[in-house]
Amino acid sequence: MGFPDRIERTVELAHPPAKVWAALTTAEGLGTWFGTAGAQIDLRPGGSAWMRWDEEAFTADMRVERVEEPAVFGYTWHIYGLPEEDPRRTYVEFTLEPSGAGTRLTVVESGFAQLPDDVYHKAFDGNTDGWAKELGELADYLDAA
Amino acid sequence: MPPDIEAVAEQVFAALADPTRRAILAALASGGPATATDLASRLPITRQAIAKHLTLLAEAGLVTAEPGERRRVRYRLRSAPMQVAQQFLAALARDWDGALGALRDHLDQSAG
Repeated sequence: MGFPDRIERTVELAHPPAKVWAALTTAEGLGTWFGTAGAQIDLRPGGSAWMRWDEEAFTADMRVERVEEPAVFGYTWHIYGLPEEDPRRTYVEFTLEPSGAGTRLTVVESGFAQLPDDVYHKAFDGNTDGWAKELGELADYLDAA
Repeated sequence: MPPDIEAVAEQVFAALADPTRRAILAALASGGPATATDLASRLPITRQAIAKHLTLLAEAGLVTAEPGERRRVRYRLRSAPMQVAQQFLAALARDWDGALGALRDHLDQSAG
């Protein structure tokens, strides 16, 4: 079947790296072309960032990982579709190279194929049993009252 | 890459490809753990067919069997394999082509 761990794209942009860098790393840029309803970014390794999409009422939280202006910008974010408490994240890295008067931009997103630590583990069943357990605790609580 | 992840995803998709198994998994997801008899009363499928599919799903690790009332085995959905399949879908659904197209438009439209 081929489980894709990594997605890679390269595009040629007719604008200098400094301008592309600004589009990738400022709230104004990210909140316009990427998110559609605003963004915020603390541009330093370990800094937090988010982008919002209004029509989907969705916010993506990111953690800035690499900042090497104007060549490399990397962040991690949650794997879309997994439960909020799932710790797995993919890493996104943009690489900017001057190309004539423009920029060759490469984006690599990796980590889709990481196995959850607990996929075969008993602890995971604890997770799936969470609701039954919590409902049991509620019943106990009500019984005791 | 971990050796198991592909096999796990494959079992989920194989299970979901069959309408009866899809109906059983959907019933367990919406209604919680159930016995083969419970499921037979809710689905237009014979108890025998349901039991056969449940055995298959349990072997694949997509449901777990647990003791229920009156010595009946109850089946519970196991979410871990589903989350592996979701990772696969997340990779397919990640629309970098759309995002990079939007970046290009944004750069072309903004002055400077």
